[in-house]
Amino acid sequence: MMTLRGAWRRLCTALGAKDRDGDVGDELDSLLQMHIDDLRRTGVTEEEARRRALIELGGMEQVRQVVRDRRGLPSLEGWARDVKYAMRTLMRTPGFSLVAILVMALGIGTSVALFTVVRSVLLRPLPFPRPDRLVTLYSHDERSQPGTGNLTAPGDFYDWEKVSHGYEQMAIWRWSGYNMSSNGGDLPEFLNAGTCSWNLFATLGVNPALGRLSTPTDDQIGAEPTVILSWSFFKRRFNGDPGILGRTIRLNSRMYTVIGVLPEWFQYPDPKIQLWVPWQVDVTTDQVLTHFNHIFHVVARLKDGASAFAALQEVSAVEQQLYTRLRGSGPMEQDVVAIPLLEDVVGDVKTPLYVLLAAVVCLLSIACLNLSNLLVARSAARRREMAIRSALGSSRLSMIRQQLTESLLICLAGGGLGVLLAVGATRWLVGHWTELPRAYDVRPDGLAVSFALAITLLAGILAGLLPAISSTGGPILAALQDGSRGVGGNAARVSLRRALLTAEVALTVVLLIAAGLLFKSFVRLRTVDLGCTTKHVLTMTYFLRGEKYSKPEQIVDFDTQLLDKVRHLPGVEAAGLTNVVPGGGYYGDHEVWIPEHPAEATGVHRFAAYRTADPGYFSAMQIRLVRGRFFSDDERMERDKFVIVNEELVRQYFPGDENPIGKHLRVEWRTPEGESYEIVGVVGNTIYEIGKPVRPMMWFPILSGIPGNSGDSVLVVRSARDVLPLGVPIQRLIASLDRNLPVKNVLTMDQIVGESTANSSFSATLVLSFAALSLLLAAVGLYGVLAYLVTQRTVEIGIRMALGAKREGVLRLMLLDGLRPAALGLVLGVAASLGVTRLISSVLYGTSPLDPAVYLSVIATLLLSATFACLLPAWKAARIDPICALRTE
Amino acid sequence: MGTKNDVWLGTLSLMVLRTLSTMGPQHGYGLARRIEQTSGDKLQLNYGTLYPALLKLEQDGAIRSEWGISDNNRRAKFYKITQVGRKHLERETRNWQETTAILARFLAPAEEV
Repeated sequence: MMTLRGAWRRLCTALGAKDRDGDVGDELDSLLQMHIDDLRRTGVTEEEARRRALIELGGMEQVRQVVRDRRGLPSLEGWARDVKYAMRTLMRTPGFSLVAILVMALGIGTSVALFTVVRSVLLRPLPFPRPDRLVTLYSHDERSQPGTGNLTAPGDFYDWEKVSHGYEQMAIWRWSGYNMSSNGGDLPEFLNAGTCSWNLFATLGVNPALGRLSTPTDDQIGAEPTVILSWSFFKRRFNGDPGILGRTIRLNSRMYTVIGVLPEWFQYPDPKIQLWVPWQVDVTTDQVLTHFNHIFHVVARLKDGASAFAALQEVSAVEQQLYTRLRGSGPMEQDVVAIPLLEDVVGDVKTPLYVLLAAVVCLLSIACLNLSNLLVARSAARRREMAIRSALGSSRLSMIRQQLTESLLICLAGGGLGVLLAVGATRWLVGHWTELPRAYDVRPDGLAVSFALAITLLAGILAGLLPAISSTGGPILAALQDGSRGVGGNAARVSLRRALLTAEVALTVVLLIAAGLLFKSFVRLRTVDLGCTTKHVLTMTYFLRGEKYSKPEQIVDFDTQLLDKVRHLPGVEAAGLTNVVPGGGYYGDHEVWIPEHPAEATGVHRFAAYRTADPGYFSAMQIRLVRGRFFSDDERMERDKFVIVNEELVRQYFPGDENPIGKHLRVEWRTPEGESYEIVGVVGNTIYEIGKPVRPMMWFPILSGIPGNSGDSVLVVRSARDVLPLGVPIQRLIASLDRNLPVKNVLTMDQIVGESTANSSFSATLVLSFAALSLLLAAVGLYGVLAYLVTQRTVEIGIRMALGAKREGVLRLMLLDGLRPAALGLVLGVAASLGVTRLISSVLYGTSPLDPAVYLSVIATLLLSATFACLLPAWKAARIDPICALRTE
Repeated sequence: MGTKNDVWLGTLSLMVLRTLSTMGPQHGYGLARRIEQTSGDKLQLNYGTLYPALLKLEQDGAIRSEWGISDNNRRAKFYKITQVGRKHLERETRNWQETTAILARFLAPAEEV
């Protein structure tokens, strides 16, 4: 009760009640007087009595301060005063303040932006109910990379589902695509789609926004075809009209009834997916039961209370039995691994994101160190002021607090600006990082805001504390005398600045080296030889599906007509057809046997990536012919038992000097006994995906026209000049052959290469720009410290010169003085990099984390920048006129 | 300056209240001297210590102050204990006695145990 009343009175005093300092002064005066009277009575002189009384009083001002603190709300009043004072100080040097604020804004802004992305993508749970119970299951064998697995065959999945007790539900899905025919005047369109078991959405815990989800009867062979639309597709193509429910749309010239629409937030596994179709609708019994066709992602939900380990063991045991039973008849996996669903979605960007976050935190630390450094310089100038203030009774704490206020103000202003910057930067990041998963989920939330606030305050305190502590305290008298002479005597502060600089340079070196490595890796990727030409080559994709293309002659007709027309277009040098161009992805493979070789041991299986080509494809792409020949024009339709392989396949499957030409590859894709294809040519290796190793590959004639095998086409067109203007005329040609056939991915080869290196280009460019920024900051820091040292030592240099020191000697002295912390920082930075860069080795391609070229060029760059930064002040020092210098005091 | 004890924090307000309650209104200087005397000159009281204590007591409503004239005809501020202060003094005295009694038992020579 009593303290409550006290608090109330103090608050009243703090808020506006008239200052009663006068009253306290009166009282203290009267006290002093009484004391003096007392002492006088013992017989001492008036003067002596006053002196003793004053000593015993213990400093009028301190008592006054204590009383003042006691009376009002000291912290509140104190802070307000500090802020007012700090504002005034900052306004007095607007240039300094502005630069400091901008630097902090940059550091804080980039950190907050990256944190927002990391938080949204990596840390925030997926938007499903109880997301921690969701896992993805992958088949797995000893050759799989640790922590990854392979896709699963549907037969395996249905066997797992039968025995599993630990999983509430499990579902499968895979990528698919459909041609949607023009519908009442709309354009035809190719749609990325997913095909899944009926319970995928139930497993994830998703309810439809409109209509219903699939049932088991929708997902069986011979069922009425149904489709579920994504929200964005529903909005875009059907204007969000709920009347679409129950109506049909034409996909691959088959009618599908729309039964539901997914909620807007549902974007798993990728926002590109426009619609979902139950997978058994389009397949045969053999395809459902196969154990050898590894094509599916498996998503499972753990039962509440079930052990994740036991649940996995159960399905893994099934997989092991299947392996033992079936490994003789086809490719099988040995067991099963489980990966949390979130990890599965974002695993690829984890390292790049954390690398970027680490880079911006480095940048922020450098900005902090720089601010700290600048403040140390200013506080040195204010040391005399501090000494006077403490002589007048100011406590050390209040002086530190007041200096901290200044750095906090800078950081708060920087933080405010930084948050604005972060909003823009986050938007930019999400817009430009094409392969960022969950990009749609990225938005600042409470945690990001608290993070912004926390790093702002932290930065302010870190940057302000060192200078504040260093400029206060210590013997007052020394500081006053020191200030009055201005020569040397502040070695401690200079060494503090050197230490800060060393740290700054070390951090910069680490950033520069990381950036250099990433950049080199990116350049390596960009300059990878695909094995074909990429200059002036245009590609576009179409899929021949449905009733209209159900017979070989229909497909071959379309393809040959198109090729003929395209080859006659002015500007076209060569044209060809394939199913996947180099750099376009792995696509798929098939198991092959070589009938001329003895049978393989049980469990050994040989695969080759599946490709198709027309006779003109290899010359159009300028893929090197190593041996034999390309396809001839009459090797089409039934006369299709010919195959062309790449050098890697020959190296692996025809060891020694065995000539593969005339030998055969047997594949089983239509009949169980398989078909044999004669090898007619060997071509140079091409890369299927940039950054991945070369794999065995085989090309079959696309003009066999077999539906399913030959329906996927990429038209490649090579020109002597810019090939882009050919895009529209070629699309018109396709439309003239089939008005309903959608064309997708009209891309030049350069664009394909660019897309597949976009991720590494992104992180390399960003880290490089951060590194360049920190180099600039470090150089400014070096310059600042040395310039300060020179002014501090003007008199000393004057004396040296007066005593006969040469200008070159002074130049060398000052230069070395500045370069010493830089060199130390360089050594520390390089040492740290040796350890740190190991962490990014997983995102480096063809570049060792200890790449000597990168290290050497970073060392050279840093030394050069440091020398430049030090040269100006050192030169200034050498130009000092001794007479003027000695007069400066 | 000899080995005079500094006043323990917290006990000072009790001493002030007790002095004001037994000796009537006092000014700051007199109060300091009385407390030093009562302690048998074992305590040395600095105004810097006494002043905040007085201010706190006044804010808590345990004492009241007004300007007056001292014995030597000097203007001085006189402090006086209030009703709230008396209750507080009573309660605190009891607490203090209990505490010291308990402590005394612990520190007594161990004969009876």
